[in-house]
Amino acid sequence: MNAPVRRLSLVVAALFASLLVSTTLIQYVFAADLNARPDNRRTLLSTFARERGEILVGQTAVAKSVPVDDEYKYQRVYDEGRLYAHVTGSYSFFGASGGLEQAENALLSGSSDKLFYRRVSDLFTGRRAQGANLETTLDPKVQAAAADGLKDITGAAVALDPSTGAILAMVSHPTYDPNDLASHDLSEVDKNYNTLNKDPAKPLLNRTINELYPPGSVFKVVTAAAALSTGEYNENSMLPGPAVLDLPDTSADLPNHDGGACGSTEEITMTQAMAVSCNTAFAYLGLEIGADALQSQAAKFGFGDVLEVPMRVTPSSVPAELNKPQLAQSSIGQYDVRVTPMQMAMVAAGVANRGVVMTPYLVESVIGSDLSVIESASPQELSQAVTPEVAAQLTRMMEAVVEDGTGRRAQMEGVDVAGKTGTAQHGEGRKAHAWFISFAPADDPKIAVAVIAEDGGVAGSEAGGGTVAAPIAKQMMEARLNR
Amino acid sequence: MSIVSSFTPRKGRNVELALVVGAVGIVLLAYLNVELATSGTIPPGTLTLVGGYLALAIGFHLVLRWRASYADPLMLPIITLLNGLGLVMIHRIDIANGKSIADGVALRQLMWTAVAMVIAAVVLIVLRDHRVLRRYTYLAGAIGFGLLLLPLFPVIGTSIYGSRIWIQLGPFSFQPGEVAKIALAIFFAGYLVQTRDALSVAGRKVLGLTLPRARDLGPILVAWLASLAVLIFERDLGSSLLFFGLFVAMLYVATERVSWIAIGLTLFCLGAYLAYLVFGHVQTRVLLWLDTFSPEALRASDQLAKGLMGMASGGMFGTGLGRGRPDLTYFAESDFIVPSFGEEIGLIGLFAIFMLYALLVQRGLRTSLGTRDGFGKLLAAGLSFSVALQCFVVVGGVTRVIPLTGLTMPFLSSGGSSLLANWTLVAILLRISDHARRPLPEANAPSPVAQARTEVVRLR
Repeated sequence: MNAPVRRLSLVVAALFASLLVSTTLIQYVFAADLNARPDNRRTLLSTFARERGEILVGQTAVAKSVPVDDEYKYQRVYDEGRLYAHVTGSYSFFGASGGLEQAENALLSGSSDKLFYRRVSDLFTGRRAQGANLETTLDPKVQAAAADGLKDITGAAVALDPSTGAILAMVSHPTYDPNDLASHDLSEVDKNYNTLNKDPAKPLLNRTINELYPPGSVFKVVTAAAALSTGEYNENSMLPGPAVLDLPDTSADLPNHDGGACGSTEEITMTQAMAVSCNTAFAYLGLEIGADALQSQAAKFGFGDVLEVPMRVTPSSVPAELNKPQLAQSSIGQYDVRVTPMQMAMVAAGVANRGVVMTPYLVESVIGSDLSVIESASPQELSQAVTPEVAAQLTRMMEAVVEDGTGRRAQMEGVDVAGKTGTAQHGEGRKAHAWFISFAPADDPKIAVAVIAEDGGVAGSEAGGGTVAAPIAKQMMEARLNR
Repeated sequence: MSIVSSFTPRKGRNVELALVVGAVGIVLLAYLNVELATSGTIPPGTLTLVGGYLALAIGFHLVLRWRASYADPLMLPIITLLNGLGLVMIHRIDIANGKSIADGVALRQLMWTAVAMVIAAVVLIVLRDHRVLRRYTYLAGAIGFGLLLLPLFPVIGTSIYGSRIWIQLGPFSFQPGEVAKIALAIFFAGYLVQTRDALSVAGRKVLGLTLPRARDLGPILVAWLASLAVLIFERDLGSSLLFFGLFVAMLYVATERVSWIAIGLTLFCLGAYLAYLVFGHVQTRVLLWLDTFSPEALRASDQLAKGLMGMASGGMFGTGLGRGRPDLTYFAESDFIVPSFGEEIGLIGLFAIFMLYALLVQRGLRTSLGTRDGFGKLLAAGLSFSVALQCFVVVGGVTRVIPLTGLTMPFLSSGGSSLLANWTLVAILLRISDHARRPLPEANAPSPVAQARTEVVRLR
């Protein structure tokens, strides 16, 4: 009976070999896949146990992890949570949601490949692994000014440094408190999230980059840029500015918003048309230059681009197919032109930066837990939207808007401000959105701003961009220029 | 043979003592590891607990010196280490569940360990010769089948988590399958040693395989039906596979006929497939096995998925004892103790544990080879193979080699009946190995016949 016993030992060897293979498959070959499963509670817990990086505005941490004595080891805390809610997003056991918490989760949690060498050294030094800190580009004064200006208004305000694309302010109202979503009491988080998510005012939505609005008259800057770029027009070109423009191919026509003609004479200069925001003149201009010129100019300002700042920016758009009435409407920012406030800030910044649009970004540098800089932002050119000459003409036209046009409320003592108002209709019987885009100082721009107050803000239907949005933009520019 | 073997086999008792002390040393380190990782301090009771365990192991060692001095010297250290590591892991999961040593599962397990060791020692003392067991062949068979089917009876049979493999006697619950394993191995060994000649008679030859005669198929059919009954009515694939696999393996060893394995495997696959077609709970098990992470499977049970994720989080080197989260898996201290080890001591640690089992089984099979009587050979081979098969069924279940079953890992898993049975099993193996390694009295003094010159007869 010895031979079969020996053969039985081979069977035993085969049985154990199969176990060696199966455990190797699980613990080595497919371990990474299993660990990456979204329902893997261990992975979640270990990410929690690791000290998550801070999000800094200036020298202040607006999101930080504080050690606590429970299963999760650290509690995420947002000082000034409501002010920076859409910048930080929130981080809970359900995962990171919104803002930098979500977009840069790998860096903050320390799992990013950029931190690989650090993690290896942590392994050998026995130091507890930590996530990297993110230093944002935000200017706390501009951010506060924007939030203070918007107050209870539903809307958004965004500010850029025109020369770099650094985002100086990103405010979306109504806002929320990310601390409500960071509690370790999961049912509470769930309840708060559902409340916020069901709120018709959409507080979780980052309106600066993820909401699309009709731009209204602020889009005239793009139309003007397209016209000037053709070479057939300049800031002094004479345009017709009747009370009503008869639209071709249809019985409808396009009136000015106050119902009157734009000037005392039959024709006005393009600068004047910009200053008083003359609908008929810009609709005429749009019809003259054609849809292709308008669309390609918009694209040069970044329309249609998928940007990540690092949060994803919803692309703005000018409809692809436009008949003549639609083209006329589109030229004054109506019909189906849709923009994010970020896109309009980029238009202002592009004009301010001698025609060059810089790619917007929110993270200035990534700093390791040992305070060494792992990565720092290098400003990048997105496109040359217009020539420096055209940019200069646009600047003068926008200065006229603030000097003695619809944007007087953005005037600042001793500083030339360039701006453009907008009052965007969005449906019959609904109050128009109030827009304002601007930059200052006009001769050496340090800040470009876009502000929108949905439904004209608290002042009611008659309020245009000049009365509601311009003062907020002014407050933000003043904060930047230390005035 | 022209060379007369005259060496005296080394008893190896001193080696055994050193290894036992080393094994308890490893257990002590593992225990300290857990305590330092979880609380950062060494609890005051450490010396009592580990010292007590060492005393038990050395006590057993002394019994071996006294009553089985030629027994295999590796088996006791191996099971001392496995049992100790199991205790540490169970204690570690107690800590994760917020239980102190006083109200945890670990202390009860330590008590059961003591009881199991005492009973195993009594078996060694009382059972002076394993061949005595052959006298009780049919009694063992009755006890074995009885225990196996006992949970099916009303009142005492209890269904726990879908498997009806428990009996409940007052406050005690007991998994009789573990004890049945030993009784059945004794029965099979005794029965097959009697009938092996008949069962190995060649019958018809089909496809190069010599089949047994049709009338000899009776025993295997009975075993097959019994295993199917266990599978279907107790809903326990593990016990069924263990019991039938044990029978087929011993039948093969007894008859040296590969055809029995072929017949056995065919029958088992057929039975399992029929059960799959007919019974919903078998289908669920198969779904969980083949498609663990599908939404339907996770709805039925995410236990296997959780175990797999636990193992994956351990990776190559593990999180370190006390530093993982094995408590996130259900039954982390019993059915899923292997994933718990995988998580905390990593792939490397698991391999080491598998090697301990493989070594234990190998020593058992070695004992079978060295034993001179057929009954002892069959019994040692059967008992050893049952340990290997049980490891395969348990670990294979949690690592998706086969569908998950409800068996416990010998020596590691929490559970009194399992400890009792496996310590007793090893006690019997030790008894057989003592017999196998003990030199024959007559071998020491060469017989006159061996000394006599060979007479050469010229034929032509």
